[in-house]
Amino acid sequence: MNMRALVITVMVATMCCPLLASDLKAPATVVAGTDFVIASAESQGGTFYLIGPSLVSKREVQNGSEISVPGDEIKSAGVYTALLCSGAGCVSTDFYVKPSSPARLSLLAHPSRVRVAEPNAISAVALVFDKFRNLVVEPAQVEFQAVAGEAQPISQSRTAANGIAWIRLTSGKKEGPIKVGAIIGPAKELRVVRQVASDACNLRIKPEWAAGKFYVSTDPVRDCSGNAVPDGTVVSFTKTDRSGKTTVDAPVKRGIARVQMPVDGNARIFVASGVVTGNELNVTGKQ
Amino acid sequence: MKYVLSISIGAVTFLLICIAWLQSGGLARERMRSSRTPDEATRLLLTQVQARNWDKALSSLANTNDVDKASFVHDLGGSNGSLLTYATLEKFDVWPLHANEQQATVRAKLHYSTAVGPLDDVRDFQVQRAGDTWKVSWPAGKLEKPAPQVIPVNYLRWEVINRGAEDDWGVQNVDSPQVRIVSMNALQRPDRVVILGEIVNEDTIPAYINVGATLLRADGNAMAQENSFDKISHILLPKQVSPYRIDFPGVQLKDIKSVRMDAKSMLVPASADPVIAVNRQRLETDPLGKKVLRGELLNQSGQIVNIPHVLASYYDGSGKVIWVSDGYVDQELQPQIPVSFAVDLPDDIAPKVQNYHVTVNHFSSSHTS
Repeated sequence: MNMRALVITVMVATMCCPLLASDLKAPATVVAGTDFVIASAESQGGTFYLIGPSLVSKREVQNGSEISVPGDEIKSAGVYTALLCSGAGCVSTDFYVKPSSPARLSLLAHPSRVRVAEPNAISAVALVFDKFRNLVVEPAQVEFQAVAGEAQPISQSRTAANGIAWIRLTSGKKEGPIKVGAIIGPAKELRVVRQVASDACNLRIKPEWAAGKFYVSTDPVRDCSGNAVPDGTVVSFTKTDRSGKTTVDAPVKRGIARVQMPVDGNARIFVASGVVTGNELNVTGKQ
Repeated sequence: MKYVLSISIGAVTFLLICIAWLQSGGLARERMRSSRTPDEATRLLLTQVQARNWDKALSSLANTNDVDKASFVHDLGGSNGSLLTYATLEKFDVWPLHANEQQATVRAKLHYSTAVGPLDDVRDFQVQRAGDTWKVSWPAGKLEKPAPQVIPVNYLRWEVINRGAEDDWGVQNVDSPQVRIVSMNALQRPDRVVILGEIVNEDTIPAYINVGATLLRADGNAMAQENSFDKISHILLPKQVSPYRIDFPGVQLKDIKSVRMDAKSMLVPASADPVIAVNRQRLETDPLGKKVLRGELLNQSGQIVNIPHVLASYYDGSGKVIWVSDGYVDQELQPQIPVSFAVDLPDDIAPKVQNYHVTVNHFSSSHTS
């Protein structure tokens, strides 16, 4: 019998025998994955159907008064319908399978990169599941932990409501990875959020002459918390002299950006990184 | 009778060859072979260039022995995967500037059809009388090449490992880069509306970006949608700023209630190399009387940049972006060898320009970013 025929049979039987429904008795709630028994006034055997959110089963039972249902058949939480059909007709009952105890976590940490010293910039959301991946909607305590570098872990407890618990964190002042974790029962999940330097602060340039060539280089480029901006950050140098204007977008390498520029007469040099501007330099080139 | 068919086929073939020869400008080439005027000498040279017949073009010069063939071909036909190697000289216009009995100057406007669209080049040719004929005198010079050397390149490169399809839901991934439009300006041009401005990569990783704009009518419905296409630097390193320009041909600013901007960013592998300096920038008027921004590009890295693309943003006295222009450079950028560029600027915008900023996109055949 295919699934469609089975469902039609069950629907017809359910409609034909509403008055007999009370003859089949199941516990009001059952925990997912646990064995239980459905009692019936019908001592004769028959065909037993179990229809759940993700499973439909059918089997012949010899003793209709006590039907054993193995835990394997009720892994998914939700409303189930049990149906027993024999020569005398069909009887049915509904029962609810609730999730078992918390055993798994899904942890969503956002963003994956965050600037240092940003208030409430990191959010961690934990979703609590049982071992069969049912969302545990009953209140449960979730322990959140945050560990930055070698520092002591900070932990806070939150009660999950409808299966969800969350926390917001302020990023630290020092760049580097921060590990954000959530623990409930045996389940533990860990995510890593990178704390990165913010915009450059006090961007300063200085002139250099080497082997007859003129170079401009920055002091070590740092943000306002003292973190070095990551290598590859672009620093724009603009020089104006009597030959015209020169612009170079140079990436920071080993903490500083350095470019070679020809200078013709008196030159003014500006520096910027993103929307941050630095000092101005006035130099005189070789005449 | 049995020879009629073969004779007919032979005659038709001959006729078709003659037509093809005429179609390809053979008659014009023959007529100009005499080069009795400076114009004809220039046309003859450019016709040979058009046919990429470098030997004949070289032999038609007044100073054939002084001209380095590699330099000549590089100048007119490109090399090292530059834009000219993906271009054909579609047509040219020639007109005399001045002439005397022995010498003349002829100006030519070369119209190239390239892989990135049409490209115009204006050149002045010196033409000399040689007996009864005239010949173009090509500027002698060797092709500049970088000296043999080792250039250490140790700039950063970023690679990306994303979450796999087989990973469970909620498993960590890396976020897209954060980019921000820092300025936007809508302009009415004679035949179009132009949206332009600047965008910055605020993140600490490179971003592939694209800016789109939707014009909205007074009733809130969308009127037109476009994106910046190649009028932007698509790959932005951390804290790098790019101008963008979006054109809406045939649209009037008075019909627009508002503009919805959309900046999209993606995580891509990228390299901080090469670094290209833009030297000697100045606003000038070109020989055709148009305002242009000229300068020189200097590749400070060790790898050849095949096709450089110059993007210039112009600001008024208050620092607002009032125009964005771009142009592809037809020569490749060899390491440490300057190459000139020029991008045009509308005549009505030029007087308002107080400042400008030039950035360079680069396309290299050996790596894509």
